[in-house]
Amino acid sequence: MKAIEVTRLRKHYGEVEAVRDVSFDVAAGEVFGFLGPNGAGKTTTINMLCTLAAPTSGSATVGGFDVVTHRDDVRHNIGLVFQDPTVDGYLTGEQNLRLHAGLYGMDRDVIPARIRQVLDMVELWDRRTAKVFSYSGGMRRRLEIARGLMHTPRVLFLDEPTIGLDPQTRRTIWSYISALQEAAGITVFMTTHYMEEAELCDRVAIMDRGEIVALDTPAALKASVGVDHLDDVFIHYTGSAIRDGVADPVGAANQALMRAMQRGRK
Amino acid sequence: MTRAVRIIWLRDLIRFVGDPTRIMAWLIQPLLFLFVLGTGLQTLSSRSTHGVRLTTFMFPGVVCMVLVYSAMFSAASVVWDRELGFLRELLIAPISRSSIVVGKCLGGTTIAASQGLIVLALAGLVHVPYSPILLLAVFGLQVLVAFAITGFGVMVATTIKQAQTFTNVMQMLVIPMLFLSGALYPISNLPAWLGVLSRLNPLTYAVDPMRRLVFDRLNVSVSARHALSPGVSWWGWHVPVLLEISMIAVLGVVSIAVADHKFARPD
Ligand SMILES: Nc1ncnc2c1ncn2[C@@H]1O[C@H](COP(=O)(O)OP(=O)(O)OP(=O)(O)O)[C@@H](O)[C@H]1O
Ligand SMILES: [Mg+2]
Repeated sequence: MKAIEVTRLRKHYGEVEAVRDVSFDVAAGEVFGFLGPNGAGKTTTINMLCTLAAPTSGSATVGGFDVVTHRDDVRHNIGLVFQDPTVDGYLTGEQNLRLHAGLYGMDRDVIPARIRQVLDMVELWDRRTAKVFSYSGGMRRRLEIARGLMHTPRVLFLDEPTIGLDPQTRRTIWSYISALQEAAGITVFMTTHYMEEAELCDRVAIMDRGEIVALDTPAALKASVGVDHLDDVFIHYTGSAIRDGVADPVGAANQALMRAMQRGRK
Repeated sequence: MTRAVRIIWLRDLIRFVGDPTRIMAWLIQPLLFLFVLGTGLQTLSSRSTHGVRLTTFMFPGVVCMVLVYSAMFSAASVVWDRELGFLRELLIAPISRSSIVVGKCLGGTTIAASQGLIVLALAGLVHVPYSPILLLAVFGLQVLVAFAITGFGVMVATTIKQAQTFTNVMQMLVIPMLFLSGALYPISNLPAWLGVLSRLNPLTYAVDPMRRLVFDRLNVSVSARHALSPGVSWWGWHVPVLLEISMIAVLGVVSIAVADHKFARPD
């Protein structure tokens, strides 16, 4: 069975065509990499797949459920780690997980053991009673991953899960991803800007200006372009100009500033 | 629906209990309004209050002030949740968006009404009798007012999405609302244009019934009662307490309905 099926999906924000006519499938248990320059439409695609944004047209199913007509079924079956932090800094790590368990209607009896399990996995059990605003950026990311897994989803969406993390933490996060896939058969759908991470995916899609321009295994992509590194594949398909910068320099600068401010506030 | 409402309500309480500075402010603010502001203003006027202590007069007003600030603070957390990202955790959970709005309103109501309890506990110090009926009635009214104002704040919070803007708008709304509500001074003798504004101010209809409840239990002269708790009138018609209370309830329900409507729309 397909974990994700996307058919002619579009999303317009006013004049901006963030996603234009995108179709692809992700097999169950696959680690699927979603690459593309800034502003390509990766986050917008994830938002539609996780029912946060309504598609302008087209359709998609996740775990066999339609994202428009069976929203709650989709939601029960997916875990999400967003590009920007979404944990509550005023609560402790454990309280964040409890809250999540409550929101997903988890059985009370299984919650404590599950909390222990996911916190052990991301090595935060010892810090569970500390408020999240005392966590480092890497710890928060790990907590978000633990939270995304709390309700044992079948599909895990990770939007740049390793952004701003040191190599050790990035490697650790990848070890979780591999372990999850092997042990639980979870489908992982992730975006990343790190090509060495894309190499680790089963298949990779490259998105540019709202369209998918290439989709295959990393090896096949490199072979078809005739290069040794995914970087070169990426540049081959998306060109070397900076996207946000050329189209809308002021907007891009503002966006960068906003992100920097959000990081500073942590 | 009820599970999600309870969870969201509980989160607000847990955050509140886990925040020592907020608890400090929660404790100190009523004292500040009643004993610093009240006592300070008292030095100016003794003749105009017909022998009633200004702090006694202000007591029901202070109850409302405390509720307003507390409710607005809770409503602001909706904007902060959006700005700091946490709102998305709620938006992708398998719960209805209505339960987020209702949970937030109940959380704000609980915290505001509990702060109102502190003011009630201070009643004796400003010569308001500890009559069980009075305290119970004022508390009931407090819960309603806290609910309505939180609902109103949450409605504003669903319209204004930047925390900075929200804070500014709230300041612009709250201060005139308090000044024109009768919380700090009687509004019956204001110049006509201010009188009109005070009658348009929803808070007026929260302060008035509360003050009437208190004055019913006080031993004051008819002239004092007439000057300090004259009630609200529309073109000479005396607005009954029950209508005032219904207006507050309607404000709360309509606000929540509007908030829910705005909030329910996906991007
Ligand atoms: N809510 C929105 N309103 C208007 N435009 C939007 C909105 N969300 C995204 N866009 C626009 O849609 C396009 C795609 O944005 P998206 O966030 O999906 O890109 P991305 O591939 O995730 O980029 P990045 O790598 O920088 O995260 C951009 O041009 C962006 O400005
Ligand atoms: Mg993105």
